[in-house]
Amino acid sequence: MLYREAGDFSTTYEKDGQTFPIKFDRWGYYVILAVAFLVVPFLINDYWANAVFVPFLIYAIAALGLNILTGYCGQVSLGTGGFMAVGAYACYKLMTSFPDVSIFFHVLIAGAITAGVGVIFGLPSLRIKGFYLAVATLAAQFFLVWLFNKVPWFYNYSASGQISSPERTVLGIIVTGPNTDAWAKYMFCLIIAVLLAWLARNLTRGSVGRRWMAIRDMDIAAEIIGVNPLTAKLSAFAVSSFFIGVAGALFFSVYLGAAEVGEAFGISKSFLILFMIIIGGLGSIFGSFAGAAFMVLLPVLLKNILVGQLGWATDLAAHIELMIVGGLIVGFLIVEPHGLAQLWRLTKEKLRLWPFPH
Amino acid sequence: MKLKLATMVVAGVMAAAPALADLTFPSLSYRTGPYAANGIPFADGYADYFTLINERDGGIGGEKINMIECETGYNTEKGVECYEATKGEGALIYQPLSTGITYQIIPKASADGIPVHSMGYGRTSAKNGKVFEWIFNYPANYWDGASIAVKHILDQEGGDLNGKKIALVYHNSAYGKEPIRTLQELSKKHGFEFIEMPVDHPGQEQKSQWLQIRRDKPDYVLMWGWGVMNQVAIQEAANIRYPMDHFIGIWWSGSENDVIPVGEGANGYKALNMHMPGADFPIYADLKTHVYDKGMAAGAGDQAGSVLYNRGMYAAMLAVEAAKKAQELSGVTAINASQMRDGMEALSIDAAKMEELGLPNFGPQFDVSCENHGGSGLGIVQQWDAAAGKWNVITDYIESDKEIIDPLVLEDSAAYAAEAGIVERCN
Repeated sequence: MLYREAGDFSTTYEKDGQTFPIKFDRWGYYVILAVAFLVVPFLINDYWANAVFVPFLIYAIAALGLNILTGYCGQVSLGTGGFMAVGAYACYKLMTSFPDVSIFFHVLIAGAITAGVGVIFGLPSLRIKGFYLAVATLAAQFFLVWLFNKVPWFYNYSASGQISSPERTVLGIIVTGPNTDAWAKYMFCLIIAVLLAWLARNLTRGSVGRRWMAIRDMDIAAEIIGVNPLTAKLSAFAVSSFFIGVAGALFFSVYLGAAEVGEAFGISKSFLILFMIIIGGLGSIFGSFAGAAFMVLLPVLLKNILVGQLGWATDLAAHIELMIVGGLIVGFLIVEPHGLAQLWRLTKEKLRLWPFPH
Repeated sequence: MKLKLATMVVAGVMAAAPALADLTFPSLSYRTGPYAANGIPFADGYADYFTLINERDGGIGGEKINMIECETGYNTEKGVECYEATKGEGALIYQPLSTGITYQIIPKASADGIPVHSMGYGRTSAKNGKVFEWIFNYPANYWDGASIAVKHILDQEGGDLNGKKIALVYHNSAYGKEPIRTLQELSKKHGFEFIEMPVDHPGQEQKSQWLQIRRDKPDYVLMWGWGVMNQVAIQEAANIRYPMDHFIGIWWSGSENDVIPVGEGANGYKALNMHMPGADFPIYADLKTHVYDKGMAAGAGDQAGSVLYNRGMYAAMLAVEAAKKAQELSGVTAINASQMRDGMEALSIDAAKMEELGLPNFGPQFDVSCENHGGSGLGIVQQWDAAAGKWNVITDYIESDKEIIDPLVLEDSAAYAAEAGIVERCN
């Protein structure tokens, strides 16, 4: 009834090849963007920014990054936390060394530095695959965390090894530090998230993405048809690490404001982001957002309901919350092993026929 | 997705509706995760003292206390969420019981104008009230702790530490790294060799550190541990038969929950404390009448009298006294966060006050002032008696070495002031 493609004709190749070929989808996308840019910033307060939107957007960027590597190129990585730490520490060093430069550029440069580090740790992927590669990236995770703990230069020789983000601006608007307005924080992350999601979508639709997917589906066959595994795999590592580095930089500078590497970027972070893309859907841009939303928002929602509404004891709620989230993950994966993105795809298929299924 | 968001909006709006007209004391506690063994007694003590004040005295100056508990799991991200969730409800003071979360909320709380009391943890240089207007860490801090431990060792060794080796087993985080700078200075001053041994979060894996201790044979081992790390370290020390009376923990590594699992092996283990252990205080009679017997005890109600329960109670007591002071200074009973801060800065705890509260000789006497947010920096040493199952206090209050600590505090707070662009107050 509502969701249909009748009367939606593509008369040019451009129209046929666009990201949202169905008008209803396209409008939905525009509406979401309009709400995100024009409505939310006026309603947002500190709680909504810091507990809901900012972590959601940042985790979505990280999930996009890992999805490029694991979902599109088929290289399993457990080093996400470590790469986020590279982004965070690069951003910190840049922020403190060049205080006059806009933080926007610092975040992007931090991403670029992470891309370089990612390529180095991606080199073993040319020799090893699957679980063995996962172990190699796990080594990256532990090495990077150890490095940032061990070498005082990275945290500017502070007594406690903590890095804390000083006040920095974009076009005169404060986006880091304690005096940041909720909307500024949110908009800064939103703009970067939208830009990167747009970039990821177009990269994965183009020749680069096709090469990654060829490698993922069968690397020997891909090599035979002329895909260079060296450039394909390393470019996936570079782009993925760039995204993850940007996420790490934002995570530290905008969201947390102060971080210590072992706690903020430990192995549990790597797993969290891996869970996001598995639950959201491997090889899907929407899936990255859906997975991040699921893993970030659900615990906050459950906590608000169990403690805030039902008045349960906090420890009981925390334990039940773990069980519910865990149970839902298992449940989802049994019902739909390809994640929330596939669930959404099936819903759309069903909606096309509704209310007259065959 | 959309339905989920809509539900979230509804839940959020309802959760954010403020409960006014009470004095709000958020409790950022952790009753789950690897640090729960230490988080639970503190949270129980904190909650029970507030319940006692509400039940016995009808609140502070007639204003009921509204304590909102929020579970952080010792995790900074959840800590941020808890801070944001509770600050809108008129929070008067934050006591997060986590150095990581304290670092996190120091700038935020300073910008929002809400005082933070990191009692014996957090950023040590917050002692300098000239720089840290909103942050308090009385009655003692980590650097005091490091110095008190070394002074105790000096006592044991007859005042000479030349050529001795002291190892520090520490939680590899901001918390554990705090005392290093002071211990380095102290090692220069007293001529002992200082060995650092980091233990990574959460601290269950310490075989290699204790192997190193067995090999290097340090004369004393200090520990900055928390949560499950404490029990593991004490067990490992017992396993390598390290002399327990040469093993000294900071006040966060000296609760019953840390030593009981090790059994006989923990006998003689020492830890610092900033207040007295045990339940031999008149206040426990009041707690029994007004809280326990009414079935209002927090948690499982089995922590009364333990070291960390006492500490939670002490933290709540200091908060209540500061609130009373704030009411007295401002002349209103429904104080706000800024008046609370003034109350904290004018706080004075002496023997008569503690006696009156049913806690005679419970903690050190100290005065807070505009310049000094760190109290007197006194601590005692307690020793575990495994057979009796209790901590025995073995020293008087020891004063820390201010000659070493004060310059370090000035240096570190000046660095923070320069970084954050703060102009010194109180001049």
